[in-house]
Amino acid sequence: MTPLLQVENIAKFYGARIGCTDVSFDLYPGEVMGIVGESGSGKSTLLNCLAGHLTPDRGAVRFDTRADGLRDTVTMSEPERRMLSRTDWAFVHQHARDGLRMNVSAGGNVGERLMAVNARHYGQIRDKAIDWLGRVEIGEDRIDDRPTAFSGGMQQRLQIARNLVTGPRLVFMDEPTGGLDVSVQARLLDLLRGLVREMNLSAIIVTHDLAVVRLLADRLMVMKDGHVIETGLTDQVLDDPQHAYTQLLVSSVLQV
Amino acid sequence: MISVENVSKSFVLYNQGLAEIPVMQGASLKVAAGECVALVGASGAGKSTLMRMIYGNYLTASGRIMVGDVDVVAAAPRSILRLRRETLGYVSQFLRVVPRVSTLDVVAEPLLATGTQKDEALKQAKVLLTRLNIPERLWHLSPTTFSGGEQQRVNIARGFAFPYPALLLDEPTASLDPTNRATVLSMIGEAKARGTAIIGIFHDHAARDEICDRQFDVTQFTPGLAS
Repeated sequence: MTPLLQVENIAKFYGARIGCTDVSFDLYPGEVMGIVGESGSGKSTLLNCLAGHLTPDRGAVRFDTRADGLRDTVTMSEPERRMLSRTDWAFVHQHARDGLRMNVSAGGNVGERLMAVNARHYGQIRDKAIDWLGRVEIGEDRIDDRPTAFSGGMQQRLQIARNLVTGPRLVFMDEPTGGLDVSVQARLLDLLRGLVREMNLSAIIVTHDLAVVRLLADRLMVMKDGHVIETGLTDQVLDDPQHAYTQLLVSSVLQV
Repeated sequence: MISVENVSKSFVLYNQGLAEIPVMQGASLKVAAGECVALVGASGAGKSTLMRMIYGNYLTASGRIMVGDVDVVAAAPRSILRLRRETLGYVSQFLRVVPRVSTLDVVAEPLLATGTQKDEALKQAKVLLTRLNIPERLWHLSPTTFSGGEQQRVNIARGFAFPYPALLLDEPTASLDPTNRATVLSMIGEAKARGTAIIGIFHDHAARDEICDRQFDVTQFTPGLAS
């Protein structure tokens, strides 16, 4: 089976400082990988390099494109990459306002993504927007409200609807449950898990919340100071951590 | 079906003075299809550790663990995930689920993951929950708020939903009343009859003697305990 994403030796430096370095992994269709580490460990830098938001200084990020198979997204042209990010990728930001247009209605936020991939029929776009708002548990009566009128949890769900409406194959998530209270987090996790299963999505989730990765991720990558220090099955890394730092991370979680 | 060959394991605790604790040395065990083997030994001898190594939850330092044709010790995460989906089931002592997911969905999940249609999976989940005496009014609630015994039964229903060729059972009859205990024992018997290879830990000795074909004492492979 061809991996959906093949990452080889990615490195990104900020001057002399290491953002992330020597990162390689394969991600297969339907797989969810978690990346954990403390602030400054390089996990967000890595995610942004993978999603084409930052240009890595070294390495290749090969994506299994629908037309031509594995293509290096680092070296492909900007329009090609932008097209991929509209059709095949989704990026869920930690702060919903970074991923939403705050002065456009909820329906508009979802519909805009459809129009970006050439949907033109107003009625169909609106129906699809209503369908997706329903899937993320936002009532049809809120379709014309702006996200500014939504709670944090609703904004995050709207961002997910906006991202998934075009049927992407790979979703990048940066702390998707960060800043939400726990009951809202649980609801969002349940929603994400269902969508991953239904749509056979692959996802890369950056978080510092070990409980989130245990429930969502099949595989885990632990980062520290820009380096990957441990990888493996999620439950294996959490239950039998091999690296000193991972042991510290796991043993530092407060038991509820 | 399951073949453990000369496996060893130690834990290194970096944050506790670099303590290295050897927990298993040179353990070997074979379990054939349709056979049920009980792991025995004092608490701390490594029964659960061995079980977790077979499941790929703990890493194994050396040796081989074949489940079907997959060597769990050397396999990539992707192969182990597939093994767990299609071949190797595990009923742990504790139920770990996503909050808010209904009991019915929790039990149906292993079936959905292997391609059973939603309505058929739910139908089978209902049959299992009925058999294990989980009242119907609880089916649509999340099991996180259930009593210990109820959670254990949900866990068992989930573990037996898919007919895995190999099954690991960690205290399956703990905290069950006599009726449900008997049900679980007959479910284990049925799994054996259809050729499932089973490894179990039972503190319930009567259950162990009733269901297991032989015992495997892990103490002989516990460094520091054997001598």
